[in-house]
Parts: sequence; C-alpha cells; structure tokens
Amino acid sequence: MNKIMFFAHLRDRVGEESVINDVSGKTISELKQMLEEKYGLKLDSVMAAVNEEFASDDEVIQAGDTIAFIPPVSGG
Amino acid sequence: MNFEISKDPIDIQSVIDKVVQREAGAITTFIGTVRELTHGKKTLYLIYEAYESMAVKKLEQIGTEIKERWNGAEVAITHRTGKLDITDVAVVIAVSTPHRADAYEANRYAIERIKEIVPIWKKEHWEDGEEWIGNQLETVAYPKGKPEAKDLHE
Repeated sequence: MNKIMFFAHLRDRVGEESVINDVSGKTISELKQMLEEKYGLKLDSVMAAVNEEFASDDEVIQAGDTIAFIPPVSGG
Repeated sequence: MNFEISKDPIDIQSVIDKVVQREAGAITTFIGTVRELTHGKKTLYLIYEAYESMAVKKLEQIGTEIKERWNGAEVAITHRTGKLDITDVAVVIAVSTPHRADAYEANRYAIERIKEIVPIWKKEHWEDGEEWIGNQLETVAYPKGKPEAKDLHE
C-alpha cells in the first residue's frame, strides 16, 4: 500500500491530510492524472516527493512508498 | 539539532548559540518576521504549515550546501509553524564563518533556498478572506514536476 499526502490548498480540496491506496507500479505522472480526475485538482505546477525526496514525473512508485504532493512553497 | 521546525515561539539566542565556534570571526542572524502590509493589503495573521519530516531534511540539505560553499561555516535554522501574529518571528537563521563577508553571503543563501525547496506553506488571513500563498499566483512553477537544476543550484 502507499500513503499519499496532501498539503496546503491541496489538503483543503481533498478534505484529507492523507489517503491510503495501492498505487505501486504507476508513475508520478499517472498518479497525478488519477488524482486530478478524482478530486478535481490541478497538479501541473505541483511537485511530488517520494519518501521525503523530490521525485520526477516519470518515477515509478514502489510498494510501501510514501508520496507527498508539494505545492510551490511559501516558507521563510 | 541545528535544523528544526517549531510549534512554539523561537528562542533567537538559542539558535545563535548553536553556531558559536572558536574559529568564527562573525555570526550573522536573519530573523524573518510577519509583515502587516503586502502590496497595501492588510494581513491579520498567518498560519504556517510544514511537511515536518521532509522540511527538516531540506533544512539539513541547505546546511550541507552552505558548508560545501563556505569553508568553516556553521549553520542553524529554526522555522516556526502554527498561527503567527504581526511582528512574530517566523524563521531564524544563524551562520558563523571565519570572516564576515562569508557569514552575510551564506545567510542570504539560506533564506533564498528555504523559499525554493523547503516544504513549508503560509496561509494569509485578511479581513476579507484567506488564501494559501504560493498556490494560485504560481510565481514559481515547476513544469517538470520539481525544481530544475537552475532552481536548485542558483
């Protein structure tokens, strides 16, 4: 299974901080498309992190990976 | 623990104390505070949220980058989360180096990098609404899904 985490406006839109789903074998790009359709999100300017490290759109998700969607950051 | 996310008010001196070293000739401290007016619009308060475990890793990465670029540097960064009022301290960065020019430069580098790679977001609350900053303005877009080399290594 995979934990999929949402932050900032994405969490507000999804209504959950995280969801558990088996998305192993999919690429980040495929997962983004799935989530865009399911929740009406716009993820083209959103970064993904796999296991707390930035990941590219073509990275393939493995079983047990934690995926986080990171909108452009605004700390500081 | 030189790199921290804190739900409690930041003790500025304790961040500075972490970079004290006999080799240092300078310590620079950056204190980021909550501003009331942004382009004339009045902020009531902010909420900062972090992906805490990753944010700590990315702060550590910034520390490592600074040590690679500025010889003999020591770095400590604490970023606040939660509700912050006007004038509250949001972030404290302390850098010590043997010579002062490096301490200024490295400290500036740290805050600019925080704004690029550390997963922390602020939600502005105004009299007439609220909004997560960094979302709809899309001042920084990542067309390839993550910061590119030029974003990461500027």
